Parts: sequence; structure tokens; C-alpha cells
Amino acid sequence: MKGRITGLSGPTVTVSIKGLKLYERVSVGEAGLAGEVVRLEKDKAVIQVYEDTRGLGIGEMVSGTGKAFHARLGPGLLLALFDGLQRPLKRLEEKTGPFVTKGSDISGLDHTIRWRFFPSKKNGEAVTSGDIIGYVMENNFNHYIAFHDEREGRISWIRHDDFCLDDPVAKLEDGREIFGYHEWPVRIPMPYRKKFSPTEPLVTGQRCIDFLFPFGKGGTAIMPGGFGTGKTILEQSIAKYAEADIVVYVGCGERGNEIAEMIEEFHLLDDAWTDRKLMDRTLLVVNTSNMPVSAREASIYTAVTMAEYYRNMGYHVLFLADSISRWAEALREISSSLEEMPGEEGYPTYLSSRLSGFLERAGVVETMNGKIGSLSMIISVSPAGGDFTEPVTQSCMRTSGAFLMLDTALAHRRQFPAVNWLHSYSLYEKDITAYYRDTIAPAWDDLKKRCKEILQREETLREVVEVVGVEGLQDEDRLVMIAAERIRMEFLCQNAYTEDAFSLPEQTLSKISAILKFFDTAAAGIREGKPLDEIRAEKTGITTGENV
Amino acid sequence: MRLSEHKYQTISSMAGPLLFVEKVFSARIGEMVRILTPEGVDMDGEILEIAEDTVLIQVYGEIHGLDSENTSVILTDSIKKVGLSPEVIGRLFNGSFLPIDGAPLYIPEKWVPVNGFPMNPVSRARPEEFIETGVSVIDGLNTLVKGQKLPLFSCAGLPAKEVIAQILKYARAVSEKHPGEYNVSKKNAFVIVFAALGVALQEFSFYMNVLEEMGGGFVAFVNRADETVMERLLTPRCALTTAEYLAFEQGMDVLVVITDMTNYCDALREISTARKELPGRRGYPGYMYSDLASLYERAGRIHEKPGSVTMLPLVTMPEDDITHPIPDLTGYITEGQIVLSRKLYQKEIFPPVDVLPSLSRLMQRGIGEGRTRKDHRAVSSLLYKYYALGDELRRLESIVGREGMAEKDRLMLDFADSFEREFVHQGVLRRDISGTLDTGLGLIKRFGLEEAR
Ligand SMILES: Nc1ncnc2c1ncn2[C@@H]1O[C@H](COP(=O)(O)OP(=O)(O)OP(=O)(O)O)[C@@H](O)[C@H]1O
Ligand SMILES: [Mg+2]
Repeated sequence: MKGRITGLSGPTVTVSIKGLKLYERVSVGEAGLAGEVVRLEKDKAVIQVYEDTRGLGIGEMVSGTGKAFHARLGPGLLLALFDGLQRPLKRLEEKTGPFVTKGSDISGLDHTIRWRFFPSKKNGEAVTSGDIIGYVMENNFNHYIAFHDEREGRISWIRHDDFCLDDPVAKLEDGREIFGYHEWPVRIPMPYRKKFSPTEPLVTGQRCIDFLFPFGKGGTAIMPGGFGTGKTILEQSIAKYAEADIVVYVGCGERGNEIAEMIEEFHLLDDAWTDRKLMDRTLLVVNTSNMPVSAREASIYTAVTMAEYYRNMGYHVLFLADSISRWAEALREISSSLEEMPGEEGYPTYLSSRLSGFLERAGVVETMNGKIGSLSMIISVSPAGGDFTEPVTQSCMRTSGAFLMLDTALAHRRQFPAVNWLHSYSLYEKDITAYYRDTIAPAWDDLKKRCKEILQREETLREVVEVVGVEGLQDEDRLVMIAAERIRMEFLCQNAYTEDAFSLPEQTLSKISAILKFFDTAAAGIREGKPLDEIRAEKTGITTGENV
Repeated sequence: MRLSEHKYQTISSMAGPLLFVEKVFSARIGEMVRILTPEGVDMDGEILEIAEDTVLIQVYGEIHGLDSENTSVILTDSIKKVGLSPEVIGRLFNGSFLPIDGAPLYIPEKWVPVNGFPMNPVSRARPEEFIETGVSVIDGLNTLVKGQKLPLFSCAGLPAKEVIAQILKYARAVSEKHPGEYNVSKKNAFVIVFAALGVALQEFSFYMNVLEEMGGGFVAFVNRADETVMERLLTPRCALTTAEYLAFEQGMDVLVVITDMTNYCDALREISTARKELPGRRGYPGYMYSDLASLYERAGRIHEKPGSVTMLPLVTMPEDDITHPIPDLTGYITEGQIVLSRKLYQKEIFPPVDVLPSLSRLMQRGIGEGRTRKDHRAVSSLLYKYYALGDELRRLESIVGREGMAEKDRLMLDFADSFEREFVHQGVLRRDISGTLDTGLGLIKRFGLEEAR
């Protein structure tokens, strides 16, 4: 299928062509730029080009590839870093140097690497789609290789030695060959048998999340916040410490320097849960803000498909994206160059359905081969002007299970993570708290209620303090203020640059228990008629910040 | 490649800086065009959009007085490039890269497209080497490092240009091998690339004087207020292309100072409106984030390569509003911000930098032993902590009065005042990093703020 360019506008080109399919991947112009069909009209197709269109001319050829825009899935994903089109950035650097030039089409997987294949099927065994036929070791993970073909078959030969991706790993009696990789169209969710809602916690290592707004495996959470409220640091802390097998991190339209920092750190740090290096479990997809906008739009789909791929091996995968607003803006730019009817704030009217469709890809699943895997998502949102009523935040809120509101005022006071404890929520709270109660401590639930109550009471007292000052309060109320301050500063705050950046549930529990114990002891003292200052000095031996 | 130049006299309409030309074949998007009139006007333009044989051109020159019959448009088959050579240093250009210092252009060693290419994220080296601006509040509390982009947020009427002038004159790169010494040798020297966008005459003369005082070590680009908005969009691109060339091909540490990005964004809005694009917040186009990122993200360092591009753009916040799209989108892209304050200006503190909302996100790795000084981290966090405390108490003071406050609270109030007058305020003098840290340390000792631990 070939045709010629008849129109060019921003990241989209119009081609006079027939016979293309919607979402088909195409090659555009002499430079062979990557593109995707986004609209079909009678004799015309509109293509979203994933690379800088500058220099592209009228009359240049466009040709279809016959395939939808897809990700290539197989061993080696965890060894590489990719851009939004799954181009491996390291190998791209070898080819084009430190700046990314156009039209460099490199396969997402390195076909020169040799892998040892460990078969799990024998000659003569029948296979159906989704069956695991063997595995290779990838960064100390069993990377399971499955059979992907709707037509069943019977194995006639299976490999017991090394191979590279160009070699088959098995053959079927009817002559078909099975390879170690396969391709999947990124905009379509990968198959599974059944989906369940989250019931088990996903420990993030962040006290304010694990304790106040707990998160479950298979859940979705969004964290909106203005610039500098700590979205990236929180996403990265979670990437470091979360109890997940595989972490897929998408730098979507954000800073290059942040990624450089992350790559450097993750290579040095150890995984807190296993004896691997952190980088061994981390898959990075990066499309920084200055890289082409349409590839940014594609990046979250490329990444989520890879996440689903590992989920289908029975792993607990955590998907982190920073920031979904940059994706939405890319969508808006493409939509406007297609001259579509704009909705709210210029975003296309399908923004909300695209977003919810995307978030729906999270969940706990039973895979086609009977394993249990999960895909959880924690996504940052960058609302314009820090205003949470804007369409992207609102659309995300409708679908996501947890809402962690990052507060500019807290960030200005350098209280990080700046999660606002009054406006945030987690719909998983009940189930996950029950789990912590049963596995960590029976008191978990109770402690949490009391912690929230103290924070609530502080909020009410704050207004009084504005008028009379702290000194003007009754001892009992002053104690609430002191305890709340300790909860905020010692418990909810976690400096990402110190050891305290990671807290196990047991540590979280003992920390909050200590603060509440101080509160109880002091409260009992007050009831006995002792002045608060005396109690603070003698009994607890703990002094708080001088501004109380 | 086309074999011959294509020339057309088929302009169908004109609006603002935009021209529509019909019956054009094989045009390219982003292609440079020349626009010629019988009177000898010769201007550049760029192809923005193509629909079949009609092209939309944005013009870099003054479109008034063109008539559609006699004007011809020549397609050049090339995208916008600038000619570079090490001899660019010391020169003064307009926004289209034409010398305006009276001397002829050198013979370019290389032609480079002004839009550049995005840096591969895996090629980036993490910014961590200190740049001394000579300004205490920046060096001491909001340290700038090589490869960072750190904007200056100002309000109308504040002495932002004086602060910029100070940085232009005083900034130095510190030698990594010999802390305490500056990089002045020819190899890995320090250069300033200065871009002034939409400057009025008075500002223009001000900056010309500053450049004269500097006596060299800079490349300057000036787009005057009465020059075209198209050129205003081109100016920072010329500056950054030059900076990348000096940094990554000549191995220099380049500090790019741009004033004022607010003028840039207004030019972007003007063109967008002329193109009848859908306006976004406050009329600025929806792609402003990506457009600004295509400039700001050009700051950086590359693994195993000498040289760096560091950026210090000025943003004047319209109506003093930090949530206005210009500072908002800038803040979403840059790595921190230095905020000027009206209150400090009224107290005659110069530079009037408000320490509390200011932050350099990349400071942590750029300070301490081997970078600045061992005690830097401790000094800066003590100063910040107690100033925040003192400033907070000022509100209480306004309610209960100074007399009603505890002794230790009064001490904090005094500290906040002294900190502003002695540390933040430095007038027109340069302070090196030891001078900065000693000043801070002096305050800490005088007020007995050393931490027990
Ligand atoms: N947990 C933390 N501990 C210590 N400092 C933090 C923490 N979180 C954020 N910060 C501080 O806040 C700064 C900004 O954080 P971050 O880069 O995560 O913001 P952001 O919300 O991602 O901003 P943007 O929207 O501009 O990307 C950091 O550079 C750091 O100085
Ligand atoms: Mg961020």
C-alpha cells in the first residue's frame, strides 16, 4: 500500500491512499519516519507522525506496513531503555550519537543477545494460545515464553540450548515455528482469563500512603499537584521501594535530567525486597518533553503493553507514569491538528473515555495459563496553575481508586511527601487495612482512626490558634496540637534523600504507636491535673519543634 | 533536493505575519523561503503548513506594504540554519543571526539547524558541578549547577535587569580539578550567551553598557521591541544553537541568559492568534508547554564529553501571578526557580530574592566538599530553617505586637531582618562562595543558631 503526501500540518500528514487500516503503522517520506493512521476518509488517510516532521515534503511517498502500531515483546526488555516508540535508546545512541535524529528504525529487542532456553514442554505435547513453553533467565527473573497463536498445535521439536531471537525455540508438527518474542498492538489490552479487584496491599514504603491511604495490588492511584509539589520524587521513591516484581516507569513529557539521575541511581541501588539491583527490575520508557509529541502520546501505550506482558507471566507489575497531563496535552495537540471539535479547555471530547480505557488496563488477573498476576498504576497529574478542577485531573478522578492530592502549601513548607491528609482518599482503604490488621497488627485499623482523628482535631483547633495563639489553648487541646505536629513532621514526612525514605509496614506501625502512646500518657497526666509542660519535660523526654 | 529554485508570484492572502501562496509544488514543511518585492525588500519566511498546492508561510520581516501581485516567494529547499565558528564569541547579532556590531560575519565552519535535535536521555550526564554566579542567595541557598535550567521569576517594576546584569558580569565556572579557581584557560572556558527578546530602547542601551563592561566572553543576540514577533521566536533558538555548538563541539561551559521569556510567549500567542488556532488558557496556544520545553530542555551535559549548557531565563509574571500560564509552564519544565519579591525591594534589599519560594532542585549534588565547601549544606539548611521560622513569626508579630512575644521569638525576628540585610542584600559587589558562606556562618554564630547535634 503506497500513496503520496498531499498535506502537512504539525505532527499530522494527509496522504492520498486507499486500503490502509485504522491504527496501521506506516512509513512516511524518504526519511522513513514512523507514523500511525488516525483517520480514514474516502481516498485519503490522515497519519500521525511520531517524529519531527520538519523537512517532509508534498509528494513524498507513504507506505503501509500492514500491521498495527505494536510493541515487540520478548527477552531483553528489562535490559534496555526505550523511547515512546520502543526504540532502544542505548543502541540509538551508538547509531546517532548523543542527539536523536530522525528516521532511525531499530528493533525494540536486541536480536544479537544469546539466551539459554529452558523448555517446559516436551515433544508431542499439545499447546494452545497462552501456554508457557519454556523460559529464559533475564536479570534473575524467569522470563516465561508463551505460545501465541489462535490455532493449537503439537510440539515436534523443542530447544534445550542457547538461541538468539532470530532462532526458533520450538517447532510444531504442522511445520510452524515458535519464536522467543511476539508482537502486540499497543492500543489493545493483552488477553487474560479473569479479572479481580484488589485485595492485597502493594506496600509503597511511604508511610502516608501505606498507613492513611493504602494501595492495593491491581489498583490505580493518581497524584495531582502543581509544579514542585514532589510528584516526580514520590513516583521515583515508589519505584525504588514498592513491593513489586517489575516496575515499568514512563517519563512522559518530563525532564531529561531527571531520567539521567534516575538511571544513575537505579544502577547503584539495591532492591529492598530481593538481592537484585534496582535497575534489574525496572523497565524505563522515556519520551522527554522535547522529544516528538506524538511519540509521547504513544509512550504510555507502549509501556503499559510491556507491563501487561510481564503481568501475564504471573508477576506483580507496578506501572508508574510521570505525567499523564503531558500525554493529554499531546492528545490535544494531535486532535487540534486534525481539526477535531474541541471539548473542555481544547482537549478532545474523547479525553475522558481514553483515560478511563487506559486505567482499566490495571487489575489483578488470572492469566491464560492460570497464573495470578497484577498490574497496578500510580500516575502523576500536572494540573495547569495547580487547579484541580481542570479536565485531566477530573477525568482521572472518575476512574482511579486512590487520590493523593499533593499540596502546594505543604511543599512550600518543605513537608514532603506533600500529600494532603484531609482531601486525599483511597477506595482500597477498607480491604487493605483489614489485610494489614490481620497480617501486621490487630491494632492497625484502630491506630489509623485515632491518627486521622488527631489530624482532624488539629484542623479545627487551628482556627482558634489563629486568634488566641497556642499559649491560649487548654492543655488538652495543646496536646492535640503537639501530637498532630509530631504526626505530620515525624510520621507523615519522609525525606527522600535520607534512610527514612523507605519504611516497612512494621516500622510504620511502631512509629505511629510511639507517637500515640506519648499522646495517651500525656493525656492521662493532664486528667490527673498535671500541667502539660511538666509532663513533656519529665515523662516522655521528647521535645518537639521549638515553634509549638 | 530540487535542481532549481522555485519562484512563485501567487500570494492569495496575507494576515498578520502570515502569507498564503497557491499553486506551489513540492514544498516542504519548515522550509525557508525568501520574499522579494520589486522595491528590493528581501525577507525570510518559513513554511508552516501545506494543503495540496497551497502553503502557509510565516514571515520573519515586516509584512506591511507588501502587495500580493508583485511580491515573489522563493522556496530554498532548506530548513533554517545558522553558520557557526569559534569566532562567534564576542559578537552581537539580531534575532535572525545577522551581525549588528558593524563587523562582517566570519566564515562559518559549520551550518547547524536552529531547532536542534533532542538530546538522547541516556546520553545525558547528571548536572552536579557548581557555577558561581557571585550572588549570595543563589550560590549559597539556591545553587546553580552546570546543565541546569533555573529561571528567575520577577514582577513588573522590580530590578530584574539589574540582577541579570550582575549575573552576566559575575558568573564564573569553577575549576573541577582545583576548587577555588576559575576556568579561564582557552580550553573549557566559560562563555555567556545572552539573548534579549523584545527589548525597548532604554533596556537596549542598558544591556549594551553591560556587555561593554564585560569586555568579551559572551555572544549576544538582541531582538528589539520594534522588530518582528517572528524574529522573537527565532532569537532564543539562534542563541541555544550557538550555545550547543560552543558547549558540545568546543567543550566550553556555556551559561545562556534569556530575557524576557514573557515577551517570547506573547509573541507565540500573537502568531497563534494570527493562525486562527484554538486558544488555550489566557489565549496562549495549547502547545506552549512543548514549545517552551523545546527551548528549556536544550540545557544539559553529555556523558564523557566536556562542556555544558546551563540556562537562566527571566520570566516576568503578569499581574504578579505565579499561576499565570507563562511562569506555570516554565516552572513545570525548569529545575527550580529564583523568585524576586516586591516586599524585599521595598526594603531596599538587592537582589530582592525571596528565599522561601525559591528552590534549586539540583543543588544537593552540586555542593559540599570538592564542589563548594564542606559546611555548605549545613550553613544553607540552618539559614533557610531559621529564616522560615522568623518570617512565620512576623505574622504573629503583626497580631500580638513585638512586646507580646517570647524572648526567643524576638531573637528569630531579629535574625530574619539581619539575614535579609546582610546575607540577601549585597548591593553591586561580587561575593565568591567562601564570602557567601562566611557571611552566613557569621550570622549563625552571632545568633547562636548552631545545632546542638
Ligand atoms: N520526599 C521528598 N524529600 C525531600 N525533598 C523533596 C521530596 N519531595 C520533593 N522534594 C523537593 O521538592 C523538589 C521538587 O520535587 P519534584 O521534582 O518531585 O516536583 P514535581 O511535582 O515533580 O514538579 P514538576 O511538576 O515541576 O515536575 C525536589 O527537587 C526536592 O527538592
Ligand atoms: Mg516532576
